[in-house]
Amino acid sequence: MDAEQLAERLRGRFPDVIVARGEVTVTIARKELVDAIAFLRDEPELEFDLLSDASCTDWPGRDPRIWMAYHLYAMARHHRVRVKVGLPEGDLHVPTITALHPSANWHEREMFDFFGVIFDGHPDLRRIELPDEWEGHPLRKDEPLGGVPTRYHGAHVPPPDERGL
Amino acid sequence: MDVERRIAEEEAKQGILTTTLAKAVNWARKQSLWPATFGLACCAIEMMATGAGHHDLARWGMEVFRASPRQADLMIVAGRVSQKMGPVLRQIYDQMPEPKWVISMGVCASSGGMFNNYGVIQGVDTLVPVDVYVPGCPPRPEMLMYGILQLHEKIQNRGTLD
Amino acid sequence: MAEIPQRLEGPEIGRGVQAHRLADDLMVINMGPQHPSTHGVLRLVLTLEGETVLDCNPVVGYLHTGIEKNAEYRTWVQGVTFVTRADYLSPFFNELAYCLSVERLIGIEAPARAQAIRVMLCELNRIASHLVWIATTGLELGAISVMLYGFREREAIIDIFEAITGLRMNHAFIRPGGLVMDLPEGAEDSIRRMLLHLDARTDELEDLLSGNPIWIERNRGVGVLDAETCKAWGVTGPLLRAAGIPFDLRKTNPYSGYERYEFDVPTREEADCYARYEVRIAEIRESLRIVEQVLDSLPGGPVMEDDPKVAWPAQLEVGPDGIGNSEAYVRHIMEESMEALINHFKIVTQGINVPAGEVYTAVESPRGELGFFVVSEGGARPYRVRIKDPSFVHVQALPQMVTGGLVADVVASVASADPVMGGVDR
Repeated sequence: MDAEQLAERLRGRFPDVIVARGEVTVTIARKELVDAIAFLRDEPELEFDLLSDASCTDWPGRDPRIWMAYHLYAMARHHRVRVKVGLPEGDLHVPTITALHPSANWHEREMFDFFGVIFDGHPDLRRIELPDEWEGHPLRKDEPLGGVPTRYHGAHVPPPDERGL
Repeated sequence: MDVERRIAEEEAKQGILTTTLAKAVNWARKQSLWPATFGLACCAIEMMATGAGHHDLARWGMEVFRASPRQADLMIVAGRVSQKMGPVLRQIYDQMPEPKWVISMGVCASSGGMFNNYGVIQGVDTLVPVDVYVPGCPPRPEMLMYGILQLHEKIQNRGTLD
Repeated sequence: MAEIPQRLEGPEIGRGVQAHRLADDLMVINMGPQHPSTHGVLRLVLTLEGETVLDCNPVVGYLHTGIEKNAEYRTWVQGVTFVTRADYLSPFFNELAYCLSVERLIGIEAPARAQAIRVMLCELNRIASHLVWIATTGLELGAISVMLYGFREREAIIDIFEAITGLRMNHAFIRPGGLVMDLPEGAEDSIRRMLLHLDARTDELEDLLSGNPIWIERNRGVGVLDAETCKAWGVTGPLLRAAGIPFDLRKTNPYSGYERYEFDVPTREEADCYARYEVRIAEIRESLRIVEQVLDSLPGGPVMEDDPKVAWPAQLEVGPDGIGNSEAYVRHIMEESMEALINHFKIVTQGINVPAGEVYTAVESPRGELGFFVVSEGGARPYRVRIKDPSFVHVQALPQMVTGGLVADVVASVASADPVMGGVDR
């Protein structure tokens, strides 16, 4: 199905479906996430059986602040959809989808590591990329890049996030 | 000129027998440096290419990359060293027996490279003493070979028996 | 034979290690991160009973570089040099996926000649990546000559890359809007000459390995990952094709003009390491076919988008001291046109502006589906660059492959999954 047909089909079930740049994005509430992913996987003609990616973006000025994006792909139908869930600042909890897509396990661990999102029901939620004792969640926008200034022959170059460009 | 004079003075202090023996020992050490496998990222591929047939490290007896650091005397740190890898790097360095040398291959190992951030250690010389820095991203095999030859000269001219 | 005991949970077992109650003959050993056979800095914590692997816990993060965060503090074009070093054995694919995402955000398409050259470079990169795979896998399984032959063939391809882009690896050649510069004189002839002998050399590699009884023993029936398990664990690429599913993003969702070229998608049914080896050899041959078709049908025209607000302004050419700005261009901006000078200054220092939005673009890298989720806020810097790397997903599926097998088969399985730790850890 192409993007417009897919969007029409999805609007029957989800109220918030947009098509932009040839991609379909469905925005849902956090409590509907597991049902929505199961519906997308099991419904005939949709058949989104491959979880391509589960990631996060931090929008510190907005409410909800952290936006999860799940990219699903249907291998038999060759279409793609993005499912977005917004998480408010004080309550970064979201149900896990590892029961439906086992490959979400490490993706969710990585989002916990970088953003501090807690996945309820995850079998093994701990840091994956950074050392276990690391403090902080570096990919959040309020965390610094963490570089060092460079001094060379009298020139002083600050790290990239402080250069004011 | 100055360097040669200093080397000659050092040698004069030690006496003929010790210097000849030291030269022989240093020659033997440099002729068969065995590297430990410490390829981390892109520079590791170039290090493998240097060891492969086209640019051949076997000319200097170095094609045997030892998996166990106990059997190696050269550690070529090839690639970016992340925060998690730092303690491992130090541990492997400590496990190598004396005498041992370190070549820091690539800009990421020498100074953190383009990754000036929280994740990469800004230069392995914060963890281990480095003998030769080879810049490049990644350095060509010829650049690495030049660095190895500079290390050979350094080993040859050490001057003391230890 | 010890009975398999209950799994214990709890912090007293140690960080993250799902250990069984340690009976006398169970051993928990650590493989890596410094190891000659783990294909990079991968750490596997194996629970063994004798030689049988009962549990495997991969620990990653030993190459975490912060590429995604770093890209948020650089311009859109500088981002290419960062993402190209994520999966360092297939740099063109990283660049291509990133640039396709940026181009989709801006709403432009690269010119036809740029698209064709991108396809050619990517397919040559696929061949080079598979050759490194054969070389390192052979080395890890004991076939040391294969290492030398694999790297020898790769040198021929790397020479071509150096002639075209200036670098052997991590090229930063594909930019948003097209390519940095056009192919140099004589590049097409060199590539054709190289193609002639690469086919025969692939036959040589196959002769060395395919019928070899040791190779067959070590790879047949090892590391089986059937189609349903692959789909559940998000595994794509040669592992999925070796399980019988002819899924290739170049065919199902073509990009950059792939629909114009004829090629097959090789599959096998057995889903073991030997099948993956056969699939990759067949893919090398298909890639050779595609490169030949690209050379035969290479269109003329520009290699960079026309729009001065997007195109990289400099006209690069080979001068007396290497590749640099062409003299005619320097004269143009310094003496002839003030606007051109201002435009050059703005694009090079501030960078291009990309409208707000988000896109996800996936390409078929030598390892599987490589996806880039790029979010823009409308400025000169990316807001978020998320790299979905296939190796990350495949290393997660490793326990499925190795549990129940022998320790030596762990080496074969990890090698056949072809993980590149730069992509896993980014």
